[in-house]
Amino acid sequence: MIEFAALSPPVQAMLLVGVILVQAVALYAGYGILERVATPLIDTITDAR
Amino acid sequence: MEIFGLSLALLALFVSFGFMVGVLFGFFGMGGSFLITPTLLLLDYPASVAIGSGLAFYFGTSVIAVLKHYDVGQVDYKLGAILFVVLSIGIELGSRLVFGLEALGVANLVTGVAYVVLLAGIGVLFLRRAYNLEDDDDDGDDDDGANDDEIPAIGQKIQSYTVPPMISLTSGGRASVWTIGGAGGSVGLISGLIGVGGGFIRMPAIYYLIGTPLTAAVGTSLFAGLFSGAFGTFTYGMSGSVDLTVVSLLLVGSALGARIGSAATTMVEEDDVIVYFGLMMLFASGGIALSELANWLGTGALDMLSVFLLVGSSFFVASMILYKVFQSAGSGEPDAQTAPDGGR
Repeated sequence: MIEFAALSPPVQAMLLVGVILVQAVALYAGYGILERVATPLIDTITDAR
Repeated sequence: MEIFGLSLALLALFVSFGFMVGVLFGFFGMGGSFLITPTLLLLDYPASVAIGSGLAFYFGTSVIAVLKHYDVGQVDYKLGAILFVVLSIGIELGSRLVFGLEALGVANLVTGVAYVVLLAGIGVLFLRRAYNLEDDDDDGDDDDGANDDEIPAIGQKIQSYTVPPMISLTSGGRASVWTIGGAGGSVGLISGLIGVGGGFIRMPAIYYLIGTPLTAAVGTSLFAGLFSGAFGTFTYGMSGSVDLTVVSLLLVGSALGARIGSAATTMVEEDDVIVYFGLMMLFASGGIALSELANWLGTGALDMLSVFLLVGSSFFVASMILYKVFQSAGSGEPDAQTAPDGGR
């Protein structure tokens, strides 16, 4: 396992930028999928009322 | 009980605050990092960590905004690349200034005072805009009557001063590298100094000072902001001044909130809530001023009121938007409107 603290500051900072980038993309995609799944479900429930 | 080194209450606060900030960001196209940094300052995070984490949060939200709008609007890549360089220089100078002020022990005071002025200024501008909207209820034109494809008069005037070297803009016209350097460098300095993304000053700076059409200004601002946000994160990350846990929790909430806020623009009239946004900024400014006063008096008695004013006011406005969405959904009559600032 790579010890994060043992890495040099520029590498740590680059990793930090990469982690935030990946997290943002994952959140965007994840919530997008959730929206696609949830919207028809909500419409079905609303129409049934 | 603690998760990721944070109490459950703090964990819930960051996710829900991120959500509310996301709703505001999605709806108004602004209100991202400039609410995060002062909140972290009020929660006793060191100035450099509050600023670094604010910039990292801004970077994350920029990535999401770019993904959402990659195919919308024009981007002047040449201008964006130059802006990225000068913004980065400004951010670097700003961050060095912060570390210098920290060594002198006045970083929190300077940052706090800068936020009091900044948030109060934005609050007054929004209240003025709300007042003007009331006056022009029947007028469907833009505030200044400008077409999105036109270069504003002040931009044309500045472009008429030809101080070499000049560059051709993709969107038409020519701009002096000195103008771009001055505008971009100043915005970068403010970003680095107080930890804001600077979109709310960067976009107007590109539009009015450099002189590009509004659509190109929005796209170019987003493009340059994404890279400057990454650079700011890198700069503060080098000194370990970014709290990744806090940033991640805020992003989890804001990514969802931004989707809902953006969708709300088709259901709620911006005019209905803009006055609350202006008031929120004034309350936030008052909250930070109280905190600075409490520090000066050496008492923690006003701290809770400061947090309540800052966090509570943004919760209130975001709740107002959500309430109006439910109200609109219930009546089945969406108040369709265009997304402000390109829906950012």
